[in-house]
Amino acid sequence: MKAAPTPGRRVLSRLVRQRGAMTALAVLVLVALACLAGPGLTGTEPDRFYPDLRLLPAGLGAQPDEAHLGLALERIAFRIRARVAEATRDGETLRLVLAADAPIDRRGLVYLPRSDLFGPARVVGEEEGGRRLILAVPVRALHFPLGTDIHGRDLLARSLVAGRVSLAVGLTATLVALLIGIAYGATAGLVGGAVDAVMMRIVDALYALPFIFFVILLLVFFRASLGLMLVAIAAVEWLDMARIVRAQTLSLRERDFVRAARALGSSTPRLLARHIVPNALGPIAVAATLLVPQVILLESFLSFLGLGVQEPQTSWGVLIAEGARSIETAPHMLAAPAAFLIATLVSLTVFGDGLADALDPRGRET
Amino acid sequence: MIGLVLRRLAQGVPTLFAVVAVSFFLMRLAPGGPFDLERPLSPAAMENLRKVFGLDRPLIAQFGGYLAALAQGDLGPSFSFRDRSVAGLIAQGLPVSATLGALALALSAVLGIGLGTLAALRQGGAVDRVIGLTAALSLSLPSFVVAPLLQIAFGLTLRWLPLSGWEAGSPSHLVLPVLTLALPQVGALARLTRTSLAEALRMQPVRTMRSLGLPPGRVTRHTLRGALLPVVAYLGPLAAALLTGSVVVETIFGLPGIGRYFVEGALNRDYTLVMGVVLLVAALVIVLNLAADLACAWLDPRLRVAR
Repeated sequence: MKAAPTPGRRVLSRLVRQRGAMTALAVLVLVALACLAGPGLTGTEPDRFYPDLRLLPAGLGAQPDEAHLGLALERIAFRIRARVAEATRDGETLRLVLAADAPIDRRGLVYLPRSDLFGPARVVGEEEGGRRLILAVPVRALHFPLGTDIHGRDLLARSLVAGRVSLAVGLTATLVALLIGIAYGATAGLVGGAVDAVMMRIVDALYALPFIFFVILLLVFFRASLGLMLVAIAAVEWLDMARIVRAQTLSLRERDFVRAARALGSSTPRLLARHIVPNALGPIAVAATLLVPQVILLESFLSFLGLGVQEPQTSWGVLIAEGARSIETAPHMLAAPAAFLIATLVSLTVFGDGLADALDPRGRET
Repeated sequence: MIGLVLRRLAQGVPTLFAVVAVSFFLMRLAPGGPFDLERPLSPAAMENLRKVFGLDRPLIAQFGGYLAALAQGDLGPSFSFRDRSVAGLIAQGLPVSATLGALALALSAVLGIGLGTLAALRQGGAVDRVIGLTAALSLSLPSFVVAPLLQIAFGLTLRWLPLSGWEAGSPSHLVLPVLTLALPQVGALARLTRTSLAEALRMQPVRTMRSLGLPPGRVTRHTLRGALLPVVAYLGPLAAALLTGSVVVETIFGLPGIGRYFVEGALNRDYTLVMGVVLLVAALVIVLNLAADLACAWLDPRLRVAR
């Protein structure tokens, strides 16, 4: 006879059977992996400015294309103090003829590789006493699947790097809120009596505080920084967690196994660590999963107002703010980071719901 | 009943005091002052200004002075809007924020509770799944993404509605901000209603009602009454948040509401204006939470005895 599955296994198997939750999990893993490993794989650096490729729309074609190539060449030729007399592209190399009224200073040719669109130029020939230079220039093939921003930075690479910050803030702040909330709520629930009453009154009083306003004040008055924002977000979000954990603790407290442990002389910290918190982990996990999107949303909200993540660091909120400012001319600048943010938030919410269903044995899909 | 209301309001006084104290000392600890201009004032002029506004006195004396004035209902003069009182500014901004908030609250309550009920009645079905996903999506759409999208769609492309502005609250200027404010709350309320009602529908009294042959509509109505408790409890703080304005929505749509005054006040170190707004929000939270509790007691007779 096979052994009965443990409760943990049963929850897992119920979770795996939910297609929505599994899809959400797959999206989350994909986004997280892309943010962690992706910036190295896009072939472009997130902080690199391509002044000749500003505001490219999203697309799969290799850059620079014909139109941008011409513009870039003209700009570079101007700096070399010459004109583009002839430019024919043959695959990855460009036959470029520069012409000027005076002999061309070859040191100016460094401007070609410096633009990051071309490799180092090779001088093939010289005519008219150095006033015409014939060059062979390798052309790089860059890809900007999500387009570029006003400074010509790759939006895909930037969205991925921004995602690291957003996800890190979301997870860290949630973890802090979780730890405070669990410690506070479980203590209040387990000790009970006057201590519980006082502790929960404090939570009630804190609920009445206009926290968002305090967070804004804090960030406006003391220079906005990542650490301060983490503290501020965690300070807002632990209240719900404390209430949930306390409610769980209250229902667990009178269960036989807890009373037995107490009768055997377990101390309060041991009771909390061994019996209360492990048994309340299910609802805590659900609440935490649903808390992460709220935190990420709060972070991007603060960054949108210019109070959160500061340049040169970036987050989805920062990118969305940039996109919203130039939405009339370049809607793709809003689309790229917003798509990442929304996909992540929806997936977290759907996965949290699935987890809740899997943990609730009374649910329909058992 | 009246005793309960009075007791709860009295309990709010220490909270309000804490709000005043924290925001007062937080702002004074921070570097910078209300009269720091890009071109610094002459020391004599600065001294004069500080004297006029009482900033030269010791901090505790200033705090006492503020509290004394507050007790008489005086929120003080604004530091950055010349010759305007904070009370006057709030009286100007509150109607804007409150109009938007009330409309958004009504819209999200009707839609959210309606959709949540529908989803709970069709548990596990296609309707439930669609509503669930829509709700998750609406929760995940930040207002600062929705607002510019709405502006593009209805303002620039279709040219049906104005892009921004207030124009004395003309209906066409209200549509987009109200939609933006209401959207995430529709999702939140739908999810809350669905969870609570789905749970209530599994309970014994419902089975009894059904087995007695009550029409499904009546069963739903009876169950919904109890199931709405957590929803109503959520509506309290939500109403406070919506009525006092959303900073983002007011900024994007260029509306002269409380949220904008707050941000401008904070950036200009307008001490009294910031305190006035924070105090107003805290007072509204307390009053509306009480209102929500009273509504819960009306819905569930058991709560009337308990407190």
